[in-house]
Amino acid sequence: MSTLIVLPIIIPLVTACLGLLAFRSPRIQQALSVLGGFGLLTAAIVLLMRVWTAAEPPGGILVAQMGSWPAPFGITLVADLFGAIMVLLAAITGLAVLIYSVADVDMPRKRLLYFPLVHVLLAGVCGAFLTGDVFNLYVCFEVLLLSSFVLLSLGSERAQLEGAIKYVTLNLLSSAIFLSAAGILYGTAGTLNMADLSARIASAAEMGDGSNSQSGVFTVVAMMFMVAFGIKSAVFPLFFWLPASYHTPPFAVSALFAGLLTKVGVYALIRFFTLIFVHDTGFTHTILLWVAALTMVTGVLGAAVQMEFRRVLSFHIISQIGYMVLGLALFTPLAIAGAVFYIIHHIVVKANLFLVAGIAHRLRGTSALDRPGRFSIYSSAPLVAVLFMIPAMSLAGVPPLSGFWAKLVLIRAAIDERLFAYALVALLVGIMTLFSMTKIWAEAFWKSPPDEDRRGAPDEPESAARPPRIDRSLLGPIAALAAITVAIGLLAGPVFDLSTRTAEQLLNPAGYVRAVLGADHHRAATAERKEEPAP
Amino acid sequence: MNLQLLLAILVGGLFAAGIYLILRRSIVKLIIGLALISHGANLLIFASGRVVRASAPLVAEGQTSLRPPHADPLPQALILTAIVISFGVLAFMMVLVSRAYRALGTDDTDELRETDS
Amino acid sequence: MNSTILQTATRYLLPMLLVISVVVLFQGHNLPGGGFIAGLIGASGLALHGMAFGPKSTREALRINPATVMGVGLAAALGSGLFAVFMGLPLLTGIWFNLEVPGLKTIKVGTPVIFDIGVYLVVLGVVMAIVLSLLEE
Repeated sequence: MSTLIVLPIIIPLVTACLGLLAFRSPRIQQALSVLGGFGLLTAAIVLLMRVWTAAEPPGGILVAQMGSWPAPFGITLVADLFGAIMVLLAAITGLAVLIYSVADVDMPRKRLLYFPLVHVLLAGVCGAFLTGDVFNLYVCFEVLLLSSFVLLSLGSERAQLEGAIKYVTLNLLSSAIFLSAAGILYGTAGTLNMADLSARIASAAEMGDGSNSQSGVFTVVAMMFMVAFGIKSAVFPLFFWLPASYHTPPFAVSALFAGLLTKVGVYALIRFFTLIFVHDTGFTHTILLWVAALTMVTGVLGAAVQMEFRRVLSFHIISQIGYMVLGLALFTPLAIAGAVFYIIHHIVVKANLFLVAGIAHRLRGTSALDRPGRFSIYSSAPLVAVLFMIPAMSLAGVPPLSGFWAKLVLIRAAIDERLFAYALVALLVGIMTLFSMTKIWAEAFWKSPPDEDRRGAPDEPESAARPPRIDRSLLGPIAALAAITVAIGLLAGPVFDLSTRTAEQLLNPAGYVRAVLGADHHRAATAERKEEPAP
Repeated sequence: MNLQLLLAILVGGLFAAGIYLILRRSIVKLIIGLALISHGANLLIFASGRVVRASAPLVAEGQTSLRPPHADPLPQALILTAIVISFGVLAFMMVLVSRAYRALGTDDTDELRETDS
Repeated sequence: MNSTILQTATRYLLPMLLVISVVVLFQGHNLPGGGFIAGLIGASGLALHGMAFGPKSTREALRINPATVMGVGLAAALGSGLFAVFMGLPLLTGIWFNLEVPGLKTIKVGTPVIFDIGVYLVVLGVVMAIVLSLLEE
């Protein structure tokens, strides 16, 4: 049982390690990496199935104590439904990007250990999703950040280096805030195990607000965590690093970052603000509500004025993060289920759009939307155009694709809470998203190049007029991700059931605490606190 | 003076100096600022583990648990990990900045506008 | 940089630093020390060599690519953690053996030692890669 939980962390690490040892041969690294990607996917599927079948009440949370040190003293790995779903999504995105990278990433980058770095990143991401310890979460964040720094600047192009400086600076600042918050939390609560923290903060809040000021300190720490994770997940006032850096690296790297990195921040927000910091939801979740609305609006407005393929998509990441935070902020079972559904939909769709952007760049020779491309993709490569249309329309929320159901659940949850303004904002942002997507469609896919009618003129050789062939290993991952998008849309019922079950688990921290610490620990801890008040 | 208070002032000073340096326009100062902030965070963890006069947290021969006045070993383990990480990150940042200086020909953050919209 | 003083000093300092780094590595179990600082001490010796004689001759003297050092270190650290998994225990559980050496006391050998050696090698490899790439610019 415990082996299964560590596999999503161990498989990428072993692959990275073998790749490092084979540093002379990018070809071997490539083969190993794709193999490792398949291994990770298998492990993730098995893990989710195990968690799901164990999800018959009660429990459904797998726990492994690292180094046989019992919680709360050692590091605990916890796989609940939310964590297992996120691991599966990371594995899907990782595999798609790895296969795509085979043809997309150039040889000098592959020589600089591109593939092992992607696997280190995946190990960090999976570790962040599975850990049950605040400090371990920090370490996983740093693992994935360090490899993302290197991936972002690999190749040392001008724009890349400039983007990397902005990305690295803001993320380091966020890490410092995270670390400080963890320090204060440890000083106040005396533990960093998430389950233990949840139990202690709950009992501190129970013991009354007037008698001790601990509850207030916890709220301050909660705000520090909110800022730290807010930077990482690019929410409203803290998102400026994202559109300044995500369009600079190779397309495969962009897709990996767009799919996974901000979502790790969102995951941490959801985990912390459902499990640990629920003692003052009236304050913290109201702030989140505002943040969510402003994130949605600023993101989509930012996208509207952009005229570069990947920059439009980058701003849309921000606006979509707003939807997920909205689900968390509403804090009802339906809303959390909506947020989970949204994350499932978003990771697949967003990674796919960036991958399509790579192919569009190959065909048109440019990523700028206001400059004419070499070819009209619509007429020269209709399959690519269709493969863009599916995730793009899903992002905008056109039925019956996955985005429609995700938005529907969230808007329904907002209306149930009688927060009509937020429902309206979510709807309007959906329309604006549709506008951006049609802009890309019209400019990049539909528009014919201006010299269309001159084509076939006698002075132009025939071969120059033929678009470059698109490798199957580029199209394969895109088609697979598009198929998943359609499948989520058509099988919205089962996916929604999964989300609902996840939301139930998230909104019941006692179950998590029981799974990690054992049934009688909670009572013992409370009794001990009452005996000996904090110094 | 109370050591805890001294540490608090020190942490505050480090954060203030770090933020001041980050707001300067030179990238080199930016790195120094980030280093100071991470030192501040490390000291904050140290202070939050309570500064006490007590024995080392080692279980004596033949006993099964610690005798009560003992120091908390965990913050130091956390700090060590954090130091290792910030060391790695700052080393990477140095390489990045020297490459960027060569490629962009400037160390003024105000001139890094190419990737902004 | 071509300084006779630095080069002469390095000839003596490098072996000393390497020996000290190994001592610090092994005493780290119950005294101040351990893989990370030991790796840094060793790497500082090699960095000194790089500054005195140039990165090219350091690469030649090292013979092994820093990436291999990193890879071996990572493999050792992972292997020590996985060892417990193969014995049906949770990852990273420490497992100790008593090694009987004739004529000497019994030596306790355990997976945490291998883990520390792995950390040592990873730190050495990473720092060498960074220092050499900075020196080569």
